[in-house]
Amino acid sequence: MMSRGQAAIVLPAPREISFQLPRIGVRHLVVLVFLLAYPWFATPFFTFQIGAQSLALGLIALSLTFLGGYGGMVSLAQITVAGIAGYGVAIFGAASAADTAISLGWPWWVAVLISIAIATVCASFIGWLSVRTEGIYTIMITLAVGVAFYYLCLQNYSVFNGFQGFQRVHAPTVLGINLRDALPFYYLVLFWSLAGYFFVKYLLRAPFGIALQGIRDNPRRMNALGFNVTAHRIAAYAVAGVIAAVGGVLLVWYNGLIGPGSVGTSWIINILVIAVLGGMRHPIGPFLGAIVFVLLQTFAIDLIDRERFNLLIGAVFLVIVLFSPDGLLGWWAGIRARFSTSKFVTPRGGVR
Amino acid sequence: MKRSWKIFWTLVIGLPLAAFAVWGLWDNTRLFAVTFLNGITLASLYFIVAAGFTLVFGLMRNVNLAHGSLYLLGGYLGFLVAQHTGWFVLALAAGFAGAALVGLLMQVSLFRFMPGEDLRQTLVTIALSIIIADLLLWWLGGTVHQADAPELLSGPLRDIPLIRAYSKYRLALLPIGIAIGVALWLFLNRTRVGMMIRAGVDDRAMLSAAGVNVNVLFAVTFAIGAGLAGLGGVIGAVELSMAPGEDVRLLLASLIVVIIGGMGSVVGAALGASILGLAETYGLAYAPTYSVVFTFVILVLVLAFRPRGFLGRPA
Repeated sequence: MMSRGQAAIVLPAPREISFQLPRIGVRHLVVLVFLLAYPWFATPFFTFQIGAQSLALGLIALSLTFLGGYGGMVSLAQITVAGIAGYGVAIFGAASAADTAISLGWPWWVAVLISIAIATVCASFIGWLSVRTEGIYTIMITLAVGVAFYYLCLQNYSVFNGFQGFQRVHAPTVLGINLRDALPFYYLVLFWSLAGYFFVKYLLRAPFGIALQGIRDNPRRMNALGFNVTAHRIAAYAVAGVIAAVGGVLLVWYNGLIGPGSVGTSWIINILVIAVLGGMRHPIGPFLGAIVFVLLQTFAIDLIDRERFNLLIGAVFLVIVLFSPDGLLGWWAGIRARFSTSKFVTPRGGVR
Repeated sequence: MKRSWKIFWTLVIGLPLAAFAVWGLWDNTRLFAVTFLNGITLASLYFIVAAGFTLVFGLMRNVNLAHGSLYLLGGYLGFLVAQHTGWFVLALAAGFAGAALVGLLMQVSLFRFMPGEDLRQTLVTIALSIIIADLLLWWLGGTVHQADAPELLSGPLRDIPLIRAYSKYRLALLPIGIAIGVALWLFLNRTRVGMMIRAGVDDRAMLSAAGVNVNVLFAVTFAIGAGLAGLGGVIGAVELSMAPGEDVRLLLASLIVVIIGGMGSVVGAALGASILGLAETYGLAYAPTYSVVFTFVILVLVLAFRPRGFLGRPA
């Protein structure tokens, strides 16, 4: 799935082209209108539980897609970065009354900014650690970091409040709008998801993104061309860290709580499942994957025992990895290629 | 690295450790000594599990993230066999055989068809780890299973100077770990199959060209590696206890052991396991809520100065 050869077709476009506005097709408008109109015909349950949760998880998985699909570094610590931001919001901001001994109760915007900054620094640090080795080691080191952070949250009571974590970490009320309500919260998450999506799309056509993809495909050649491979990789971790941190803040507001369970192995793996399920070839992949994941999580109970959800998600993941390494986008590209008469179907697949 | 730098770093790391040891011995000799024993016996368990992990990686470049699940499987099988037959040796055999069989199945039915795709193999092992863990949870429930030590090793060993009494079983883990390490070393260095495995680690393509059936060799190695996880599981079922979540704990331990010691090196696994076991138990004894931090700091230091681990070689 790491697409060594064929995904290298990102041509070094001239700068004036890469900064032009992307072509806007009918389907882009349809999707946008649908996303904006969605809460007006969906029930609050669908708006909040399905819509907002998918977008927030998609945003975190987007950071993994950016790192894995375009940087060639599959980091399993993205939920850890998101969790650090979430813990930050709970620790610097306000949590439930029982936790005030730890929570500092600063204004929400200060807490959010500091949390995102800290999470980004941590993400860069994780990046600095893992880019020292190559390839498959990345997955091991980031997994070790993620699991270690989980155990730290579990053990430590003075900062992370141990097993209990923090409850009642809610979105604030801004300008008289309570962001906890389904409708405003959906639009908040939608805004940041779109921002993340277009930011990544922009970045991939910018010189930094082109260089990053060059490094993914052949680090030695890029090094010979004078690019600082390590610096680009760490910068990619930092960028992905910002995205994951924003997603983490939104996720903690969605859940209303954060604890070791929110950053444990099951979530480390779930983020990977979401990214791989959607496909790592295009920034839309993680959002598709998140929608499928959340729908499965919500409605699989009707088909199978609630307890057996992990079995289902494991089986789905296995099937995807075995039969469609490029995820749903890969399937879509395959179907398009089969029914298309044109010879020029891009192997990148998916929606452009 | 220059000699003077070596001395410098030995002092920077060694002096605080020496100071801590002197303070620990002076402050509470018994606690310090018992913690030491706990540390090296835990290290022995970590070594057994991580040796299998590193063996599989060294030959096949397969990061088997289902290794923790195989540990759990072995532990449960061992527990059930010990409960029904009362024979601990039988339990050990069952744990080894059960995990080895599952490992063999994984290699023969899945990984054989994706040679060289190490990232995809890793993703498959993650999927398998979710599935195995959930199947075990389904089968045996979420309760904690604690196996009893065999008759011969149950109860404490009394009248040891300084620490008075210590669990016989835990003490026995040390020779068991050393025995397994030596056996593994002899197997790899003194037998024909071991020679092939070592040759495969160095150059897979050449070994295949020399007429060795690499697929069979891979299957054997995977079975042994998985079996060691299962064997560790049986030992851990008595030493620690078996419950959902233990798989993650041992997977983390294996990862850190091989990152510290160096991937693919059995001696490195022994070194890494000793460091991790001691760091973890001393951390738990002297700074309970931050013990993971010590592990993490060691990981960071090793990666900062020896990115491939102490005894690792370039991939």
